[in-house]
Amino acid sequence: MKYTEDHEWLRVDGDVVVVGITAHASEQLGDVVFVELPEAGTAVSAGDEVCVIESVKAASDIRAPLDGEIVEVNGDLADNPGMVNEDPTGKAWFFKMKIADLSALDGMMDEAAYNEMIG
Amino acid sequence: MADLKRTVLYDLHIALGGKMVPFAGYEMPVQYPMGVLKEHLHTRSHAGLFDVSHMGQVILRPKSGAVADAALAFERLVPVDVAGLAEGRQRYGMFTDEAGGILDDLMFANRGDHLFVVVNAGCRDQDIAHMRAHLADACEVEEITDRALVALQGPAAEAALARLLPGAAAMSFMQVAILDWDGVEIWVSRSGYTGEDGYEISVPDAQARAFCEALLAMEEVAPIGLGARDSLRLEAGMCLYGHDIDTTTSPVEANLSWAIQKARRAGGARAGGFPGAGRILRELAEGPARRRVGLKPEGRAPMREGTQVFAAAEGGEPIGAITSGGFGPSIEGPMAMAYLPATLAEGATVYGDVRGKRLPATIVPMPFLPNRFKR
Repeated sequence: MKYTEDHEWLRVDGDVVVVGITAHASEQLGDVVFVELPEAGTAVSAGDEVCVIESVKAASDIRAPLDGEIVEVNGDLADNPGMVNEDPTGKAWFFKMKIADLSALDGMMDEAAYNEMIG
Repeated sequence: MADLKRTVLYDLHIALGGKMVPFAGYEMPVQYPMGVLKEHLHTRSHAGLFDVSHMGQVILRPKSGAVADAALAFERLVPVDVAGLAEGRQRYGMFTDEAGGILDDLMFANRGDHLFVVVNAGCRDQDIAHMRAHLADACEVEEITDRALVALQGPAAEAALARLLPGAAAMSFMQVAILDWDGVEIWVSRSGYTGEDGYEISVPDAQARAFCEALLAMEEVAPIGLGARDSLRLEAGMCLYGHDIDTTTSPVEANLSWAIQKARRAGGARAGGFPGAGRILRELAEGPARRRVGLKPEGRAPMREGTQVFAAAEGGEPIGAITSGGFGPSIEGPMAMAYLPATLAEGATVYGDVRGKRLPATIVPMPFLPNRFKR
């Protein structure tokens, strides 16, 4: 698993990258009550706001971690946003991306580096 | 968090795992480990204990010794029937300004030989100065600084509090009483800010933690933070000062006309005689141009405070804005309050601009969830 400074995790699954938010991020957000997902097939650039997460406290964004194409979204999250708190690194993945060059992940934080960042 | 004050219950919040945030000049718990959603639902199904010690507690003691004189003096500042309030009863009211805006909202009680007033934390100093400036001829204005204030709310509140204060069980909604807890004088009112049955309880600082711990030791009582306090009051359709009401909104616009009794209206025994009476009485007679309404957004996306509201899905200028909005855990959906033209009826569809998209919402009556006060 790789991590971004925006508290996203990325997991390579065959030729796609699965993206979600970390347990730390879900704790900080509080109880998630609404998730807005992108359309599958959307081309995105790194840094684009692709998802909105609303918790009982506030709204926040998920940004595309890399350039690529959204190939699948987790429709279950729209019906059951509380999964983001219950299983942030498992069932509550947000979307899958196709990346031109998977080596782009090499420069990202591993788990130890991420844990160090969040202290 | 420099310069922030702490309530006498601060150490208890820390011991309970409270996540502290700045609020109205105080460090207050926004949530405990249970989390906002579960705290909200626990209050609705069992009982929640809230620290509201940051709020101002004030005694208005009549110089004449007759509470009626304090009541008549207080009526100079509020558009509410104070003189007609029986001993042992409490009422909701608001300080108005000369323009008819709301300076603060408050609760006041007739406690036999004085009035007891509870005001918002953020307005406390200004409110006390306001009362001293206008009531000095008739009343001593005494700020209570040695008592905590807590609220116990929810269907199990009565059974829980009655274990400590048996006299609490027989109290009716908006009744106040002074009860005894092992020789400690506890000031109790049957009221709250959640739409549930419950109590607001003033306890001497020295006994406040022990009193709260005695309640928290009961299985049905959990500590509740500011996050759930906000979603609870919003579901109950209640205003938050500084958001849903302020000096730019009149009580009539704010849909608080119910708090202005007949005695203070045109033709009443003591009509007018409060700041802004000209505008407020006119709005009561003619209706306001805009009013505070409930909005039920379609779908699940919350419409937050500041969201601009439009009459149509495309084009046009905003017709109003959302003053409070979020997700209602008990109604399992989003809810909001907005000021909109009074010509728009309940059932009308309007559009909130959420991240550049206009999403439909329906004007609905409030409260969003039926209240369960002990009548």
